[in-house]
Amino acid sequence: MAIEILMPALSPTMEEGKLSKWVKAVGDAVKPGDVIAEIETDKATMEVEAVDEGVLSAILIPAGTEAVKVNTPIAVIGQDANDTAAKAASPAPAPAAAAPAAPAIVSAPAAAPVAPEADYPAGTEFVATTVREALRDAMAEEMRADADVFVMGEEVAEYQGAYKITQGLLQEFGADRVVDTPITEHGFAGLAVGAALAGLKPVVEFMTFNFAMQAIDQIINSAAKTLYMSGGQMGCPIVFRGPNGAAARVGAQHSQDYAAWYAQIPGLKVVQPWTAADAKGLLKAAIRDPNPVVFLENEILYGQSFDVPVGDHVVPIGKAKIVKSGTDATLVSFGIGMTYTMKAAAELEAMGISVEVIDLRTIRPMDVETVIRSVMKTGRCVTVEEGWPVCSIGSEIASRLVSEAFDYLDAPVLKVTGKDVPMPYAANLEKLALPNVGEVIEAVRAVTYR
Amino acid sequence: MAAPKSTRTKTSAETEPTSFTRDEELFAYRNMLLIRRFEEKAGQMYGMGLIGGFCHLYIGQEAVVVGMQMAKRDDDQFITSYRDHGHMLAAGMDADGVMAELTGRRGGYSKGKGGSMHMFSIEKAFYGGHGIVGAQVPLGTGLAFANKYRKDGRVAMAFFGDGAANQGQVYEAFNMAGLWKLPVIYVIENNRYAMGTAVSRASSQTDFSKRGVSFDIPGEQVDGMDVRAVRDASARALEFCRSGQGPYILEMQTYRYRGHSMSDPAKYRSKEEVQKMRNEHDPIEQVRARILTSGMASEDELKQIDAEVRATVQKAADFAQNDPEPDASELWTDVVR
Ligand SMILES: Cc1ncc(C[n+]2csc(CCOP(=O)(O)OP(=O)(O)O)c2C)c(N)n1
Ligand SMILES: [Mg+2]
Repeated sequence: MAIEILMPALSPTMEEGKLSKWVKAVGDAVKPGDVIAEIETDKATMEVEAVDEGVLSAILIPAGTEAVKVNTPIAVIGQDANDTAAKAASPAPAPAAAAPAAPAIVSAPAAAPVAPEADYPAGTEFVATTVREALRDAMAEEMRADADVFVMGEEVAEYQGAYKITQGLLQEFGADRVVDTPITEHGFAGLAVGAALAGLKPVVEFMTFNFAMQAIDQIINSAAKTLYMSGGQMGCPIVFRGPNGAAARVGAQHSQDYAAWYAQIPGLKVVQPWTAADAKGLLKAAIRDPNPVVFLENEILYGQSFDVPVGDHVVPIGKAKIVKSGTDATLVSFGIGMTYTMKAAAELEAMGISVEVIDLRTIRPMDVETVIRSVMKTGRCVTVEEGWPVCSIGSEIASRLVSEAFDYLDAPVLKVTGKDVPMPYAANLEKLALPNVGEVIEAVRAVTYR
Repeated sequence: MAAPKSTRTKTSAETEPTSFTRDEELFAYRNMLLIRRFEEKAGQMYGMGLIGGFCHLYIGQEAVVVGMQMAKRDDDQFITSYRDHGHMLAAGMDADGVMAELTGRRGGYSKGKGGSMHMFSIEKAFYGGHGIVGAQVPLGTGLAFANKYRKDGRVAMAFFGDGAANQGQVYEAFNMAGLWKLPVIYVIENNRYAMGTAVSRASSQTDFSKRGVSFDIPGEQVDGMDVRAVRDASARALEFCRSGQGPYILEMQTYRYRGHSMSDPAKYRSKEEVQKMRNEHDPIEQVRARILTSGMASEDELKQIDAEVRATVQKAADFAQNDPEPDASELWTDVVR
């Protein structure tokens, strides 16, 4: 009996990949463990191994095909070389038939739905860039401009970054400025703070922010407070960056949003970009900032593409952005929360509800003024974030609106957040634990009484 | 001239391990094979999208947990990292329940809420399944604290990797364990890499048996690919801890054949290096060869064991695919009691 080989999932967030190379040809014998093909994901090139014994009797997806969805049949393994007929007889899988015959168009993964960039001068040139590349470009440009800037963290150099954010930096800047550390977060975060006190400008990568909990004492007690404790003598120009929040199915200890945690700390700046343009511009600003900046990224956004202005693009810390204007309600979000928010905004628009969408971009210092100005117009506000509801960013916005814009509110401020539980692993429960577009729509309907 | 050795560290590879009886060889063979086949199946199911998130396979390291299991008392506790499937199977946890947790189903050990990295069994004295590198080391020390507190004669075993051995909390735990003579064995599974970082690129002292020297904790380097050497060293360490002399370090020299997790292309080492390990040191092949050359069992008898192991794994895979997802109401349970 012929067996179909399916496009394998090779990472927690992989949905599709490029079938870059066939290592075996039709007619070749294969044994379990033999490498039959190579697949390129956004993070790495991986080998596909045969599970069954037999003969490669058909290749369904040619080498070079981009954007092959996980679980698409890619080849057939038969009992012997003549088993090709058996394959033809077995129901030809639809996705394979639809697969492009030649190296084809790359899917623009979840292409950016935002068009208007009102705050760029006319004539600005843009290049489609992934968030991953934008972050790398920001570090590389600042490292070229300032010899005091260096990058440190686990797997940042030789491995090119666990999530490939530091790709190419070791090659360009060498091992003195791109430093692989042992797995010792508390130690290397403290060491980097010391280096910053001595005047260097470290960019510390945490493999994910979940592991920064090992180091949080140095971030808060040493980095954030020293300027104050020293009566202004000694500042700490440092960036702590890495993926924050849920990835996909990585469970309770690896899926946590720290925006609200760091937002409470005087002496820190906290940034959480959504688009590649903001990721680049804000990271450059963070590296130039004389204060400690906690820079929260998101693994799911890394592979997404957005237009980024060409050149020395810097986005000021502390300024929110009105991404879409509207009249009936204000939606405030940041980071990956913006993906739910923008989808909900489009659906609400279709339902005849006009929402204004604000991307906070910086969490601390928070641009509450922009939010208040919007709420003065709409009278209603819904906040959206993946973090937990208690003492959340939404809680802070609600409190500020009640104290500073009470007279303008026509409805209670509602929060859409992650559920108040540790992140479950099961696919169905994980989905329930995260916020979704439907919840955002419901909340807006509730505050607009529609 | 070689650096002077601490009087309290030794290399057990220098001594010939105690031979196994027929039953012991067959026990080791069957249990290591179960881990190997289970992990291969988990890898396939990950590729099919049935298992999500991180999935860290134990292939290559089987002799470590199986050898320790052969030496320990049933009620001695185990605690480890995210690379935990082998530890659970060796502890006698049910393959169906482990695999169903990997697929996130209600029949899994954590009702589908924990996943590959987070499973537990009080009944089998297995305390998890921990995702934060190094965190299980103080936890394991705490299990030993409870043992001493209750004077119940149990010994705790805290497993961790060569990479985890650089975390600060490991040494905080060592100091307390040494100070209070806690019955804990620190099992450093040195598989030569922490993700993409070879030991020599991350460790100032690469002889992990010496990591306890400044706390006066004795240590041994053990051939972690030879299940007999593992059992011998474990028996010595267990005896030391149980007799109230305090903690003990075992550096198990082992090797992981697969990538760090499913998404690791493993470009930091050569294919030849992996192949050489598999060909010359495979823990299962060693036992198999001994059984066949000594005539303890025939090829057919081993085939029979292979078939039984495959059937166990296939049953687990079927269960894990057919068992339903947890009920939606489970989202809100078990947060607090
Ligand atoms: C505190 C912390 N930092 C980083 C990680 C990411 N991480 C997971 S496993 C790992 C490598 C650990 O290597 P080792 O201790 O040698 O164990 P092995 O994986 O080889 O079994 C890293 C860096 C983590 N889970 N927790
Ligand atoms: Mg290791």
